[in-house]
Amino acid sequence: MIANFLNIAFSGVAYGVLLFLMAAGLAVTQGLMNFLNLTHAVFAMLGGYLAVTLMNGLGWPFFATLPVATLGAALLGMLLERTLFRRMYGADRHLDQIMLTIGLTFMAVAATTYIWGPNPLPVRLPPYLTGLVHIGFLDLDRYRLFLIAVGIVLITLLILGFERTSFGAKIRAAVDNRRVTASCGIDVDRLFMFAFLIGSGLAGLGGALSVNLLSVDPNFAVAFLAYMLIVVTLGGQNGSIKGALGAALLLGIADVLGKYYVPQTGAFIIYTVTVIVLFCRPNGLFARA
Amino acid sequence: MATTAAAQLPALSDEAAAKALFAERARWRWPEIAYWIAVVLCMFAFPTHLMLIAQVLITGLFAVSFDLLVGYAGIASLGQAAFFGVGAYTTGLIAHNGWSEPITGLLAGALAAGLLGFVFSILVSRLTGIALLMITFGVGLLIYEAAHSAHDITGGDDGLTVGNLSPLLGLFPFDFLGHTAVGYTFVVVFLAYLFARLIVNSPFGLELQGIRENVRRIPAIGVPVGYRYMVAFTVSAILAGLGGALLAQITGTVALGFLSFDRSSSVLIMVILGGIGTLYGPLIGAALYMVAQDRLADLNPVYWNFYIGLMLVIVVLCARGGIVGGIARIERAVRSRWTRR
Repeated sequence: MIANFLNIAFSGVAYGVLLFLMAAGLAVTQGLMNFLNLTHAVFAMLGGYLAVTLMNGLGWPFFATLPVATLGAALLGMLLERTLFRRMYGADRHLDQIMLTIGLTFMAVAATTYIWGPNPLPVRLPPYLTGLVHIGFLDLDRYRLFLIAVGIVLITLLILGFERTSFGAKIRAAVDNRRVTASCGIDVDRLFMFAFLIGSGLAGLGGALSVNLLSVDPNFAVAFLAYMLIVVTLGGQNGSIKGALGAALLLGIADVLGKYYVPQTGAFIIYTVTVIVLFCRPNGLFARA
Repeated sequence: MATTAAAQLPALSDEAAAKALFAERARWRWPEIAYWIAVVLCMFAFPTHLMLIAQVLITGLFAVSFDLLVGYAGIASLGQAAFFGVGAYTTGLIAHNGWSEPITGLLAGALAAGLLGFVFSILVSRLTGIALLMITFGVGLLIYEAAHSAHDITGGDDGLTVGNLSPLLGLFPFDFLGHTAVGYTFVVVFLAYLFARLIVNSPFGLELQGIRENVRRIPAIGVPVGYRYMVAFTVSAILAGLGGALLAQITGTVALGFLSFDRSSSVLIMVILGGIGTLYGPLIGAALYMVAQDRLADLNPVYWNFYIGLMLVIVVLCARGGIVGGIARIERAVRSRWTRR
């Protein structure tokens, strides 16, 4: 009973880590530029497809596909930011931003269906990443353990990078006050570009790491968008990495627990909690006062 | 158009100027007259497509309801389908459980949606920007999931059969060809459109536009923003619910698709394509969208989505104002040439 619960909670943590990786970039770009990007899940989808295609088609090992997936998504993100998104910055242009990014998402879903077909791609992982590991009285899934380990490394790097490097300090400054940051001689425009590069790269990596847990199909870009937006919204709209992490873990655990114990209610609980939190704390659970 | 009225200001007293302004705003533009004439002509020209025409009208009403919110009050929402679906399910459930009189059923659906819109507007009246967008998105998903989970009441994935309606006004039975359905839809949508016109061309409509233009400055001239938001949300929800209720009645079924995010996003597309903040632009946008979808979706829905996406990107980047804006620009260009000669 307790072992069972712990196993499910463990799956929830793994899922939360995945959600965090996919949504972290969105948290930063939304907080930084006040830019509502509904294309973000496309970056994760691209990462997933790149990884699976390289594995299945060219026989690459799983680990070799990860950098390619990251880079591919990062480049797509930067390209879109440079050519389209930057024309749409500004808090009074949310409607334009929605239209543009929904349009791009529609196009991406159609293009993906055209290239890879409408059905989920089969995924075969190397044997050392599948199966169970026995730790004490728990049977833990090896892939999820790997995922959590990767997550811990990346999260540590991200938080250190965000809080200890001058690049992170510049980003935090720009989130707080863009004008003053620019007037200090910091090139905010370039900052935006790099934030997009890193954010979409992380989403691509998250997408590639998710191929074993989530279904790689063209609907991915829409299906997980809601979850990413919830992570960002609950985490706080001021680009807080730690807030997004907390929200992602909470959402991951709640979703897996909910699906296991009360499967008939579906995603109802998640949405209810999100809406209630938004009503009570419109700036997110972990928002700075 | 408003600028011409403002230009005459010095010559007129304040009251006369205001009257001229509101008369100019309420003037029927030729594209909207053309739209309604075209609808009537189509009803006679394509007697085998009456159900499509009725659905075009209903989608147009839904787009108008959304334009009221996004085009006039400037409230962007990602969950307008919630009101459409609640109206549809209310009307559907009433008929499903034995009350077959159509007009009271229709009004009940609109009322239920309006009530939801009212409650919702109280809760969101202090939110703006991304938080407001996210909450409309969340509430849309929430209501979808609620309808999905409540299988015993709504039928869940299987949908809900509305059941037979009794004759309209006791005179016109609903027939298979859709004669009654299309006439009924036409009258209801037209009346609802007149109502929406009345609202946006009133001083209240002007205040909404003021809020859209500058939400900080408008309280300074004595307009309570939160209260105006509440009225805009409620009216928009009533009209959306009316559309949903109509569709439920004439198609005889309510499905989860009535509440889906696809519906919320496609209405946004129609409004933008047609011309935001004009009321008749969204009507025309909805008609073109529906007809194009009817023609093209049979070929391959995937390509349809691609081109819809592309159209959106192009409209946002270089064709602000949509179809109506484009027509107005051409009209102005032609006029200026005429006057020069």
